[in-house]
Amino acid sequence: MRTNLLDYLKVTSDKVPNKTAVIDGERNISFRTLTDQAKKMGCIINRKISGTIRKPIAVFLDKRFELIMSDIAIMYCGNAYMNLDTKSPIQRIRNIIELIEPELIITNHQHIAKLEKVLPSEKILNIDLIDFDNEIYSQDVLDHILNSVIDTDPLCIINTSGSTGVPKGVVLNHRSFIDFTEWSINTTGIDDNEVIGSLSPSVFDIYSFELCMLMALGSTIVILPDGLAAFPTRILQLLQDHHVTFIFWVPTIMVNIANLDLLSRIQLPALRSIWFAGEVFPTKQFNYWRKFLNQSKFINLYGPIEITLDCTYFIVDRELSDDEPIPIGVACKNTDVFILNDQDKLCGVNEEGELCVRGSSLAMGYYNNPEKTAAAFVQNPLNRSYPEIIYRTGDIVLENDRGELIFKGRKDSIIKHSGYRIELGEIEHVIINTLKIVENGCAVYNHEKKEIIFYYESNEEFQAAEFKKRVGEMLPKYMIPSVYYKMDQLPRNTNGKIDRLKLRESLSELIK
Amino acid sequence: MEKIYRLLEELHSEYDFAANDGVIEEGVLDSFDIISLVTMIEEEYDVIIDALDIVPENFNSVESIANVIRKSGGVI
Repeated sequence: MRTNLLDYLKVTSDKVPNKTAVIDGERNISFRTLTDQAKKMGCIINRKISGTIRKPIAVFLDKRFELIMSDIAIMYCGNAYMNLDTKSPIQRIRNIIELIEPELIITNHQHIAKLEKVLPSEKILNIDLIDFDNEIYSQDVLDHILNSVIDTDPLCIINTSGSTGVPKGVVLNHRSFIDFTEWSINTTGIDDNEVIGSLSPSVFDIYSFELCMLMALGSTIVILPDGLAAFPTRILQLLQDHHVTFIFWVPTIMVNIANLDLLSRIQLPALRSIWFAGEVFPTKQFNYWRKFLNQSKFINLYGPIEITLDCTYFIVDRELSDDEPIPIGVACKNTDVFILNDQDKLCGVNEEGELCVRGSSLAMGYYNNPEKTAAAFVQNPLNRSYPEIIYRTGDIVLENDRGELIFKGRKDSIIKHSGYRIELGEIEHVIINTLKIVENGCAVYNHEKKEIIFYYESNEEFQAAEFKKRVGEMLPKYMIPSVYYKMDQLPRNTNGKIDRLKLRESLSELIK
Repeated sequence: MEKIYRLLEELHSEYDFAANDGVIEEGVLDSFDIISLVTMIEEEYDVIIDALDIVPENFNSVESIANVIRKSGGVI
């Protein structure tokens, strides 16, 4: 019986110790080296935090081998990893750390200076100071720890944008990842020869699934460096060089590749599985991919992080016309999804409503945040007999005549931009309440041009550059609006609240 | 060369491209910037940049950008 992701890794590293687990630039690291180092590191962490388990430990490293090894080390010492974006402004890191209060933060020479202002030094572990050749680990200690960890204990914490200016830390357990991994092995045709072209930032759930594949299937992770997102040509060359078989990407980069017509120039015969999630993949560009990679299996996955990775999938099994949306498909095994209308009644076929999810894939909640947890994880309104929690996604969907779910849009002000989930309210909160640049404003997403626009009321007009500079000190780059419009008066609805919908409508008219 | 500086400043007026002898540090230009920059160059110099030339080493300095433009048949 598997109750911990490390149960998979034990089998894999016993079976193929010499196989390459991680390719990081010029370095090829075997499963033996990876597990040895992770166990040593796990013991070091365990000593440093006096045997504490089930607590968050932050990792402030770029996506290199050391990050992967640290995440697995944190599992070995019975705790939950929380990867932090090293490119994020330090103020945002501080907000996260103040909310989550991790036991320890792992970093290196390159990034330690940024943290010294945020945390006391005894809470910081500099990985560059560890001489792994002279460290040993105790299997007994590790076994003892793992015997105390059960499958509903946290594996990781993933932060997601929150409207109050502080991200929410989603707590995900081992069981939900094991479920998804089992589903994927049984359903999607992935096997024990996968080479993963890993492009996902370490703060995305996709990265955590790549870790699951590494542990469960002995997959090799090829790290595609962060900075390459701007250079799809080089990314595809790396896929070709390493005979990558599997990618799980957000559509943004795939659309760029299609628009540059790169697949006609760079052949990828080894690529068998192409998964995508995180935002809508426009069908025109998707069809381009399918035309050039007809040997591959394409899977559209859907799911907010609160239900662990994804809850529905669509294996593309037919031709789709350019103007037809790619369905998000049907529920993954051991997950139930259903659509509720405004009266909390089940929707009929072709009736739009909010997608709700139940099952062991649900997150445990938001860390140190009972109010937000209670608002999003609620009693199933269809079950009045016993406690049963569902997650209301806020996504509007419908079920078509084929029984497939189709994504229609959002109920609220959350957007997906370059794969990142962004609460527009967080941007407004930072500009208006934290930085106090203007008194009233509203962020709107231009879906056509894929840019965030900030409308504001003010006596003076500010340069976009000034906004960008100041907002950039508080928010990561992907959250900084690129266009700023001063208005004499923002449109208000009958309650006097700024009318985001109206701004968005006037925006679409402008584009037409 | 000045034209290239002007295009870069249009994208990132807050960054001083001239300060480092035209060296562009990693991370200054993101994926959207690169796409915009390529479009701007193609219009400004009336060239078509081969997608296979859009690689990091061709966009890490003003000089290397100039070389790509020359390679595409543009006159600097």
